[in-house]
Amino acid sequence: MIKANNKLGLVFFPAFDWAISSTHPEREERLLYTQDQIFEEGIEDIEGIYLYNPIIATEKDIQRVHFCVPDVKSRLTESHFISAGGAIKAFEAVINGDVDKAFALVRPPGHHAQRVVYGDRGFCIINIEAVMIERIRQQNKDLRVAIVDTDCHHGDGTQDIYWNDKNTLLISFHQDGRTLYPGTGFLDELGGPSAYGYNINIPLPPGTGEEGFLYVLDNVVLPILDEYKPDIIINSAGQDNHYTDPLTNMNFTAQGYAKLNDKLNPDIAVLEGGYSIEGALPYINLGIILAMAGIDYSHVREPDYDKDKLKQPAGITEYIKKLSDMVYERWQKREALRTGIIKGKDCVQRTRQIYYDTDGILENQTQNFKICQKCSGVNTIDSQSDTGYHIFAITIPIDACSNCLDEGYRLYKNTSRSNYTNIYLQDRVNDLYYSK
Amino acid sequence: MIVGLDVGGTHIDAVIVEKGNIIDTIKRPVHRTHLFDSIWTTLEELFSRHDKAKIERVNLSTTVSTNAIVENKTSPVGMIIQSGPGLPNDYLACGDENVFVSGYVDHRGKLVKDLDLKEIQKAIELFKEKNITSCAVVTKFCTRNFNHELKIKKLLEKHFSSITMGHSLSGKLNFPRRVFTSYLNAATYDTFKDFSNNIKKSMEREGIDAPLYILKADGGTTSLSAAEERPVETILSGPAASFMGINALLHTDEDALLLDIGGTTTDFFFLADGVPLFEPLGIEIGAYKTLVRALYSHSIGLGGDSSIDIKNRQLKIGPKREGPPYALGGPKPTPTDALIALDNMKIGNKEKAIEAMKILSQELDLSVEETAQKVLNTMGDIIKDETNKLLDQINSKPVYTVKELLYGKKIKPQLINMIGGPAKFLQPILEKKFNLPCYFPKHYHVANAIGAALAKITTDVTLIADTSQGILSVPEMGVYEKINRNFGLDSAKQRAIELLIERAISVGASKDEIETEIIEESVFNMVRGFFTSGKNIRIKAQIKPGLIGEVKGDKDD
Repeated sequence: MIKANNKLGLVFFPAFDWAISSTHPEREERLLYTQDQIFEEGIEDIEGIYLYNPIIATEKDIQRVHFCVPDVKSRLTESHFISAGGAIKAFEAVINGDVDKAFALVRPPGHHAQRVVYGDRGFCIINIEAVMIERIRQQNKDLRVAIVDTDCHHGDGTQDIYWNDKNTLLISFHQDGRTLYPGTGFLDELGGPSAYGYNINIPLPPGTGEEGFLYVLDNVVLPILDEYKPDIIINSAGQDNHYTDPLTNMNFTAQGYAKLNDKLNPDIAVLEGGYSIEGALPYINLGIILAMAGIDYSHVREPDYDKDKLKQPAGITEYIKKLSDMVYERWQKREALRTGIIKGKDCVQRTRQIYYDTDGILENQTQNFKICQKCSGVNTIDSQSDTGYHIFAITIPIDACSNCLDEGYRLYKNTSRSNYTNIYLQDRVNDLYYSK
Repeated sequence: MIVGLDVGGTHIDAVIVEKGNIIDTIKRPVHRTHLFDSIWTTLEELFSRHDKAKIERVNLSTTVSTNAIVENKTSPVGMIIQSGPGLPNDYLACGDENVFVSGYVDHRGKLVKDLDLKEIQKAIELFKEKNITSCAVVTKFCTRNFNHELKIKKLLEKHFSSITMGHSLSGKLNFPRRVFTSYLNAATYDTFKDFSNNIKKSMEREGIDAPLYILKADGGTTSLSAAEERPVETILSGPAASFMGINALLHTDEDALLLDIGGTTTDFFFLADGVPLFEPLGIEIGAYKTLVRALYSHSIGLGGDSSIDIKNRQLKIGPKREGPPYALGGPKPTPTDALIALDNMKIGNKEKAIEAMKILSQELDLSVEETAQKVLNTMGDIIKDETNKLLDQINSKPVYTVKELLYGKKIKPQLINMIGGPAKFLQPILEKKFNLPCYFPKHYHVANAIGAALAKITTDVTLIADTSQGILSVPEMGVYEKINRNFGLDSAKQRAIELLIERAISVGASKDEIETEIIEESVFNMVRGFFTSGKNIRIKAQIKPGLIGEVKGDKDD
């Protein structure tokens, strides 16, 4: 029998009875053929591969990450608690030492869900990776995490959540925001004042293939990870860079995804997007499982795979080389760049308009990050939605100093309900959450 | 009159059941090298005491195929394997000759690459050269499209006496298991056929024309002719016989733990609302994981003859049996010695049994009686711990829907039914440890034969209807038919039941005894682009597992 070189935990939860709507890409059928493929290959019988059911995330788990408006229960379905619970189960299996690595093949996905949640955007309501990380981090406060988002769409939700957190490095490579939803993820989105340079975007041109993705991995991602030295590497594993994906324009392959995971060597992978459910997902998921388990994946390929057709044009290769140089250069200069940004300031403001494509909601928000010498600083969000909410949300970060802690509570106490529909306080130091 | 016979490790047991009453029983030693003769002389003796014309059916639980596999006395097999892309395939080589061929279909059964017939010709020559007569043909995703298996079989037919096709053995997805199951089927084909011919001849000679059925690992039976085609289904029917026996003697509709506590092992089984729990995929034999449908059973090395040692001032019972009990001339103290010392069992040399307990008691600082009690208590603890572990595993088996995850059935035994020599004496201990009522039947000594006698014919079908391709298939039956675009879940269920009945009759069931049920159903909207392109419907139907009848008034609690 085949034996896994790395003990791999697999949380496979296709949620066959849940859909956004019956013809939506995020529907019951999505993981049906993936299940067929992994069942037929006999994955569950491989020595060293362990199957787990998701646990069910709690309201508290969600509140560590999000401000759900008006509250958690009105925004989430049971499936969201389970999907986040699936990711948590994967991380727990790794952190408890039951397995070496884990892959959460769950749905719905999460990487477009930002801190404030009025509804569904990019098929995501809560950020399942962030919910997972913060639950584990509550017990391991100094955990250094690197998230490598390999979904074709910019991981804008994850970027928002970890914008000001130096202990969570985010590297997202994705199809250029000028050509694809959500239209963000450019080079200059480098992070908040406490984590400037630790949010790294690599916007790739349409048509990028195996060569380009692996070039970025070898020349940007892996060198940065070497320097950052994370305790845990998470692959936010979207599968929509595939050449058959109906929503995107890239030329990545199942072999490419497997190689990427082999080289990246993540501790945890969490499924994100990917909607070529028949021609891509069965093969990519199989490739990722084998690569993570340390089993030969060289025989995995799609039925219509054609190496010559998928060869990356020389122009794209040149563009990606230049882009990679720029990204890596900024990483190296991050301290100097940060100094320039915060010079003479005691806070940094960030104003954005956010569109919830799935639910058709428009949000305007201003975030305010205090610059503190002792901690990453208390920060606030003032946000209005066209559904009639106007909220004020305060976050006391997990590393907050006593001044910032006090200031957070003072802000919560002193902000009057007459100006806002809802006011929230997220106290990560004491793991508490208040709303009024 | 129904005759049931079970071949165990040391004894053959047979019974005759008439209208729910056990009217005769017999127990004879088994000679493994002359298995058929042992079975036949036992049956002959039993038949001679009754009116042969009144025999309605004969159910046999044999070890013919199991022994052949375990003792490595199987026929050489030529394997033709089409493994397509995916996992490496070298570990699938289980035959005496293994030929991997090109071509494949995908997960929906669509042809991606065709066969290369030259490769098949080469395989035929190779097998002939090696004097192989039994072959198996298995292709990846053949449960979705078995055309390649049929084509290959057609080419082999002229040259070999038996050809097993993967899709005919199971509708479940699991290619490696299907390869191993097909191999074992081909490997035991001749052995079982010999056995079958012998039994048919002997029955004829004896003038018995009652139908003969063979017990399977799923606790059901199948006709002799169906077993000839699928001998692999008859492996490891022993635990199934004991399970069916306990269930026949002690009926319940609740969640229950069933125990068979024997000389060397204790077997665990479970009921969920009175319905047997099955292995999710299939049984394991030796190094092979298979798709042979089987009752869930778990065995540990703990029984009356398990040897007892002391480690760190703690009793350690089993997992080995190093001979008979001390009181019967064995080398080590055993639980049976504890029972003899306590006057529970009246066999062997009591003085020796007490001596055995003394060996243990010195290190434990206990009296002989306390030591013997502690032995039984420790057995109870081992059984309780193992049960909890198994229930944890069973109740956390993977589920795939929100509904199942939130509200799925969890097994929580409300009672314990048990058989086996030491079981009676463990009854009060287990009752206390589990805080559950424990029952023990009178006829425990022939429970397995009773289980065999009362087993029903079972079979199942796996149906997939893909309306966008316009195809309905039931691989186990070789059904591959056209359907129209409006084919829906109800039509699919109806067709599954029709085919199930057809299949049940083909494996020996009579129309009036067939009770069908749908055990799994799902329907997925298939969307391509922005439009619904069809439905993917999946149905599993089976003959309701259960017994032909109950045995009357056997509760002995």
